[in-house]
Amino acid sequence: MVLVIAEQREGKLNRATWEAVAAAQQTGVPVKIAVIGAAVDAVATEIGAADATEVILVESPALADYTADGYVSALAALIGEEKPALVFLPHTYQTRDFAPALAARLARPLITDVIALKQDGGTRTYVRPVFQGKLNADVTATGPGPHFVTVQIGAFRADGAKRGASAAPTRKASVTVDAGAIRQKPEAPFKEAKQAVDLSQAERIVSVGRGIKGQEHLKIAQDLAAALGAELAASRPICDAGWLPMDRQIGSSGQTVAPKLYVALGISGAIQHLVGMKGSRTIVAINKDPEAPIFEIADYGIAGDLFEVVPALIAELNK
Amino acid sequence: MKIAVCIKQVVTREWQLRINDSKTWIRDQDASFELNEPDAYALEEALRLKEKHSGEVVVCAAGPARAAQVIREALARGADRAIHIESDALASADPLTVAEALAAASRDEKFDLVLTGLQSDDQGFGQVGVVLAEKLRMPHATIIMEVQASEPSGQGTLRVKRELEGGWFQWITLPLPALLTIQSGINQLRYATLKGIMAAKKKEIRKVTPAAPGERSQKILSVYFPEKGKKTQMLSSGPSEAARELVKRLREEARAI
Repeated sequence: MVLVIAEQREGKLNRATWEAVAAAQQTGVPVKIAVIGAAVDAVATEIGAADATEVILVESPALADYTADGYVSALAALIGEEKPALVFLPHTYQTRDFAPALAARLARPLITDVIALKQDGGTRTYVRPVFQGKLNADVTATGPGPHFVTVQIGAFRADGAKRGASAAPTRKASVTVDAGAIRQKPEAPFKEAKQAVDLSQAERIVSVGRGIKGQEHLKIAQDLAAALGAELAASRPICDAGWLPMDRQIGSSGQTVAPKLYVALGISGAIQHLVGMKGSRTIVAINKDPEAPIFEIADYGIAGDLFEVVPALIAELNK
Repeated sequence: MKIAVCIKQVVTREWQLRINDSKTWIRDQDASFELNEPDAYALEEALRLKEKHSGEVVVCAAGPARAAQVIREALARGADRAIHIESDALASADPLTVAEALAAASRDEKFDLVLTGLQSDDQGFGQVGVVLAEKLRMPHATIIMEVQASEPSGQGTLRVKRELEGGWFQWITLPLPALLTIQSGINQLRYATLKGIMAAKKKEIRKVTPAAPGERSQKILSVYFPEKGKKTQMLSSGPSEAARELVKRLREEARAI
C-alpha cells in the first residue's frame, strides 16, 4: 500500500496533494490517503473523490496548527500502525519541514523532489533533479520499507489523478499527540506589507537572473522592458542581493505569473523559478549556457551572451 | 551563544558539468569548487548572532580533503574554528549518512544553535539539516528569513520567521538548543578581508574520521542530461540575426508583441 499524506491549512486542501495522489496511483499499488489536522472532515471528503481504498483522518487538537514535532509524532505512529510500503508527499515547504525528520525517526530513506517514476523489473526507480536541474538522477531506495518520496510541484498533473467510482471510505485513526511535547510554538501566518507591484497583471515581463552579473547592468534589461512595453522582474538571487526589490521576484517564494510574453535573461531555470512562470504563453530564454534548464520550457531560445543579444534586440524592436 | 554552521563544498555554478565514465556522478577531478550558497547565508547569520550576543562560531564540514578550501574561506569570513569530518565517501553520500557524520562529530560540543543552508546546490536533498536536528534531538525550523534570540545562551528561546509559499510567512518560537535551516537572502553576505584571510591561518581545524558508513539508504543508478523539450526553437545564428529572427517570430508566429 502507498500512503499519501495530504496537505491542508486551515481546512483548505493544498492542490499539490492531488499531484502526489496522481504519482502514487502510477505505482500500481493500492493508495490510501491520510489527512492530518484538528477537524479535517471537509478536506477528507474532497480528497476522498480520488480513486483510493481509504481516507484516514488523523485528528487531534494538538494538530490544529502545523508543527514539525506534532506532525512527526502523529505520522510516525500512523505509519507504524498502517505499515505502508511507500509514503508519498507533495514537495512543499511544509513537507520539507517535517518529512526528513519523520523518515529519520523511522530510519528509512526519503527521496525528495521526484519528477518521474520508473519501474524496471522488480526495481522501482525515481527520477530527481540534481545540480539545480542541470542533470537528472535515477535513484533507488534500499532496505526495508516504507520508503518516503516527495514529488516536485507541477511534475505530475493534478487532473491526471484518477477519481473513484464512489467516494473512498473514511476512517479515523486513533493517534494521540502530546501537546506538551511540541517544542515549536507557531504564530498565525501573515503576508508582508502589501506588494507595490502586481506582476500577475502584466502582459509582458522581462526577467533577469544571475547572468546579469551586476546591478549596474540592470539598465539593459530595463531598456529591453521599455522597448517591449514590459514589466521588469527577477529570479530570487537578484532580489536576495538587493539589486531589485523583493516584490519583483518570480518563483515559489515570490509571485506566480502567466503573461503573454516572458523573456528570461540569464536565468538558468531552477525549479523554484520555473514554477512561478511556466504558465506564460510565450517564453523566450537568452542564456550563455546551452544546457541551462530554462531552454527546456522555452518556446524560443538564444544560447548566447545576453550583453550582445539584448542590445541587438532593443535595436531591432526600435527600428 | 555557541553556534555551529554546517557548510558544504559544491562545484561552482559556472563549471560545465561533465558526467563520469560510470555515469553515476559528475567527473569532478577537474571541477572548480565553492561554498554552497545557502550555507554562506547560514554562516553570515551565525556571525551576526555572535556579534550581537557574543559567543563562538564553529564551522562543520563533512567531505573529502578538498573541502578544506571552503573551511578556510569560512574562517577568513570570521568563524572561530572548524571541524572537518574528512572522508571521500562523504562527497556524494546519502542524507542519513551525512547527518550521522555531522551528529557524531558535534554531539559533545553541546552547541546552543546549529545552522545549515536550506539545501545544497549539487544533491539538493534539502534533508541534512532536519535529519541532523532529529539525531541531536533538537527542535528545528526550516527556510528561515529572520532570527531573534532572546537570551545570549543557556535556557534561551528563539523567535524565527519561517518562509511559507506564495509570499506568506510565520513566526515560530522554539527553545534552545535548536537547529535552523536558513533561506538564501536572509542577510547581505560579507566577504573575507585580507586581515581575515591572514587570521584564518592560525585558526584551529579539527579533523575527525567518521565511522565507516553503513549501506546507503538511497543510491544513484545513473545521471544524465534532461531531454530538451521538443518545442523549443533555438535561434542559433549571431546576436543580430538571432535578434532579428526572434522579433519576427514574436510578431508573426507568437503574436506576443
